[in-house]
Amino acid sequence: MSPREKVQIMDQEGIRRALTRIAHEILEKNAGTEDLVLIGIRRRGVPLASRLSEKIKEIEGTSIPLGILDITLYRDDLSQLDYHPLVRKTEVPFSITGKKVVLVDDVLYTGRTVRAAMDALMDLGRPKLIQLAVLIDRGHRELPIRADFVGKNVPTSRKEQINVSLVEIDGEDKVTIVEKDT
Amino acid sequence: MKFKRKDVLGLEDLTVEEINLILDTAEPMKEIMTRDIKKVPTLRGRSVITLFYEPSTRTRSSFELAAKYLGADTSSIAIATSSVQKGESLRDTAKTLEAMAADVIIIRHSAAGAPHLLARWVSARVINAGDGAHEHPTQALLDMFTIREKKGGFQGLKVAILGDITHSRVARSNIWGLTKMGAEVRVVGPATLIPPDIERLGVKVYYDWEEGLKDVDVINVLRIQLERQKKGLFPSIREYTKLYGLDQQKLQVAKPDVLVLHPGPVNRGIEISPDVQDGPHAAINEQVTNGVAVRMALLYLLMTGGEKDEISA
Repeated sequence: MSPREKVQIMDQEGIRRALTRIAHEILEKNAGTEDLVLIGIRRRGVPLASRLSEKIKEIEGTSIPLGILDITLYRDDLSQLDYHPLVRKTEVPFSITGKKVVLVDDVLYTGRTVRAAMDALMDLGRPKLIQLAVLIDRGHRELPIRADFVGKNVPTSRKEQINVSLVEIDGEDKVTIVEKDT
Repeated sequence: MKFKRKDVLGLEDLTVEEINLILDTAEPMKEIMTRDIKKVPTLRGRSVITLFYEPSTRTRSSFELAAKYLGADTSSIAIATSSVQKGESLRDTAKTLEAMAADVIIIRHSAAGAPHLLARWVSARVINAGDGAHEHPTQALLDMFTIREKKGGFQGLKVAILGDITHSRVARSNIWGLTKMGAEVRVVGPATLIPPDIERLGVKVYYDWEEGLKDVDVINVLRIQLERQKKGLFPSIREYTKLYGLDQQKLQVAKPDVLVLHPGPVNRGIEISPDVQDGPHAAINEQVTNGVAVRMALLYLLMTGGEKDEISA
């Protein structure tokens, strides 16, 4: 693959089918929607969580609480970055104590974002359990973390970059893989 | 975006982009204050020292809580019980604090420019918490945050600063900040309490409250420093209250949805009447909440985003 060449690994239909399957898996694993809440990690976990909640509503007929988590203040690399990641609002307008929380993100890579998200959640309350749903798992974990629900497993090299585009943010639905310039 | 400053000393030299970044960052910080567990680990292991050469309750505790909510450790030096009483100079005190590995020093001093000197002497970051009658940047930023939250922005907004302009660092920081953001700023007060050349800062001067407060969107009421009366700058407290104290009657000439601010502490019934202070237009207690959020934003921006050395360069 020549540098910067993009290969599409998921299209709109692919994303839709993966999310439909994940919605069913979430319901199966948790035996319904009781005590279930979805929390999307900014940025692209947020529209994904929203879509999952709609699918769950279609399947079960019940609405489940939807929250937004900003993990910037929990990052472990703040003193090393040479820029300021913009801190945005965490919007979890319900108690997560005793709830089954499904964290939603677009890509699972090193696991550091999920570590930060779990710390952030613990500061908001004491969930009964936390599960993780991701659209793409690309491997290369640096922490002992795994996803409960995966849209697509994509073996990658560290030199590659996964770009997830979503209609709500980017105007179209697709997942591409790009060779990073080094 | 990157906040490249080592220190925050005043609004005069902050850019529009920097002010927007601080105010944008303060919004999520305010959300943290509403949680059951008001603490994030962002500044864990960092130390913040407050060094106040003048009395203060809200600014100092606001800074300390802001640092603690972000996970930093804090220590405060009360001058009355410190080695300053034994004759230690500002520079030596600063060097001592630096030797204790302070990451941020927050200073209030009666001499204008003291924080600027301190910032040159130490590699720790310095935040000005008020220097003489010069600047009080975090007060202006929290006033601006409150205005933006209530009014949606600054462009074309009419803001009146009412009272003792001459001795007020709050007034100066507000003037620099608000004019930069596109607001129309006017100062209203007796001629003896308004510096003669204040127009140079881009404000309009009014000695008459009725003209000065007409159609304004915001009135920022300054504390009248009672000791000024002894210097003969105004004849009596009663007369000041009659001519410039903000009451319902004076409020009538402003816009119907006028926002009333006061940096505190309030001389109840002197510069502002109790019914206005406790009324629906005033956001005085919200200002205190916003003050913590704005200071959290500043501490976050100063202490993250790269190594200290490359930033101060």
